[in-house]
Amino acid sequence: MEDPKKGMSLIVKTITRLTVGLILLFGIYIVSHGHISPGGGFAGGVIIALSFIHIMLAFGKETAFKKLNQNIASCFESIGAIIFITLGIIGIGSGYFLYNFMQKGEPFKLFSAGLIPLYNIAISFKVGSGLFIIFIIMVLLKISKKEG
Amino acid sequence: MLDLQIILVFMIIGALIAVKAKDLLSSVIAVGTVGLGLSLAFLILKAPDLAIAQLVVEILCIIILIRATIRKDLPFSTSGRWFFNTFITFVFIFIFLIFGYFCLRDLPSFGNPVMKIAHTFLSQGLKQTGTTNLVSAVVLDYRAYDTLGEATILFTAVMGVIAVMRSIGRKK
Repeated sequence: MEDPKKGMSLIVKTITRLTVGLILLFGIYIVSHGHISPGGGFAGGVIIALSFIHIMLAFGKETAFKKLNQNIASCFESIGAIIFITLGIIGIGSGYFLYNFMQKGEPFKLFSAGLIPLYNIAISFKVGSGLFIIFIIMVLLKISKKEG
Repeated sequence: MLDLQIILVFMIIGALIAVKAKDLLSSVIAVGTVGLGLSLAFLILKAPDLAIAQLVVEILCIIILIRATIRKDLPFSTSGRWFFNTFITFVFIFIFLIFGYFCLRDLPSFGNPVMKIAHTFLSQGLKQTGTTNLVSAVVLDYRAYDTLGEATILFTAVMGVIAVMRSIGRKK
């Protein structure tokens, strides 16, 4: 699927192909268990962004853009912000801005703590795609300027 | 506390190497060791959330520093006006120490917080929010407005990076 001339050597590509799924899965775990164990939206979002940066460093930018385009990342960042603010505004109906209006549930369960997991997911969308966009801009624009 | 002091000395040595190293790659790697030491210090001070965030952000910063800035090895000139620069540096250090003495004199001693609201969060947090990770409870429930501001800061940072680094529309 990928061009053998782009990116790093065969060893790096093989190791990347094995590990990048695990890194993405670990990021999703950190995000979704942010209200139970240490972690949360910020750290998990950065880990998710690092998995895509890992692909880009090993395989070159074409393969990474096939997985996650710059425009799609920009859309994800906006979606995260919209989810966060919408949940906050819905809270006005039952109390005040950013009110935790859902059922608290049982502690130590995955579906508990009301709105906090949803806030975590929104923050992870925002942080992950935002840092990925910063990486794309700071790395790729330098290279393209050098070639052209 | 001995392990924490060892890590602090290690971080100071790493920072000095980062300032004094001749080539840029060694400096970047020394900055990375400072970040790793900070992450370990957070772990020793029993703050695993901060340790995870610090470690992950440090990795991302190192990657961006190596990939984006390593080709521009800027010459750093220290010749000329040596006396003036040193004099100004010592004046600013002296002013900082005076203000720091007056500011830090009234702080409580290390490890003895007197803030009442932290005890409220610790005792009521699980009952009020249903969250077992109290850092998440503070960040996303009690202080969710701060998190909204932090998200706005990140959005502004992305816009600023795009505005500074773009190639379209830049005058040659």
